[in-house]
Amino acid sequence: MAAAVATETPFHVLAVDDSLPDRKLIERLLKTSSFQVTTVDSGSKALQFLGLHDDHSPVPVHTDQLDVAVNLIITDYCMPGMTGYDLLKKIKESSSLRDIPVVIMSSENIPSRINRCLEEGADEFFLKPVRLSDMNKLKPHILKSRCREHYHQEQHQQSDSNSDECSNPTNTSSSSDSSSNRKRKAADNEEILPQANRSRHS
Amino acid sequence: MSAANQLAALIANMFATGLLDDQFQQLQMLQDPSAPNFVSEVVTLFCQDGERIIGELAKQLDKPSVDFDRVDAFVHQLKGSSASVGALKVKNTCIQFCELCQQKSKDGCLKTLETVRINFYELRGKFQTMLQLERQVNGFPPNN
Repeated sequence: MAAAVATETPFHVLAVDDSLPDRKLIERLLKTSSFQVTTVDSGSKALQFLGLHDDHSPVPVHTDQLDVAVNLIITDYCMPGMTGYDLLKKIKESSSLRDIPVVIMSSENIPSRINRCLEEGADEFFLKPVRLSDMNKLKPHILKSRCREHYHQEQHQQSDSNSDECSNPTNTSSSSDSSSNRKRKAADNEEILPQANRSRHS
Repeated sequence: MSAANQLAALIANMFATGLLDDQFQQLQMLQDPSAPNFVSEVVTLFCQDGERIIGELAKQLDKPSVDFDRVDAFVHQLKGSSASVGALKVKNTCIQFCELCQQKSKDGCLKTLETVRINFYELRGKFQTMLQLERQVNGFPPNN
């Protein structure tokens, strides 16, 4: 595999928040941390962007959506209509989307809320206002989900992969290849992964 | 006093009088040559959003039968965005406001709305001065 060190495709994060100032802030935080960012102002728009209808069936031929893989979704909890929790549930119920890590943000520190989200499969819970230091917690989740898929792909295909570590973060739509029925547990720390730049050596 | 000095003094004063908290410093840290107007953009959005929300609150509290859940939802929005920009005083007033919504006290809510309004416009005025001074510092003439 060519070691394209210089121009690594950035990870793409979809940020969901109904508040305009908050959207501006999260966008800046993410961009400062070298993520590519798309922001939407509601859960239903997030699902649309992800190519999902409300009835869980994937939207057929919207190639512009399929071309843009999403590596992580970060969403506000309190939103009118579909809450961040509702959105999380829909994502986890979708075979094509369930492996995308989801982070929930909330201005309120309510333990039962936090636990509920983690139990539903959220990978992380940020208290608002979100800070730059919180951004460092995102890449490990992205890499963990990629490694898991990579591992499962190897298992299934028994291919001649010569890379034990996570592959370079190219923008492939990996989520659709994932094996099914893999309920993500939030607090599993079986794989403590290094920072993204370490994985470029192959 | 130069515009830069005035700007620094203004911001220092806003911190000292509890209008702003360290979240505002987080915003300042996020501004750099690749996003040179970040602070002014967020501040502007906050001011526009705040004005909208205060209008909605007034409308909701003007109804013969007040839907306190709706009022609370709007206060929650303002609380959230004030927290995000470091608008400490406004945020704290919103916290009080939420409690009054829980108590379903129309009088209490109306009084607190007035306080929110006063605090918000005080902050907005200073933000506007801040943005003007920033423009001057960046070499633009002061506008209106």
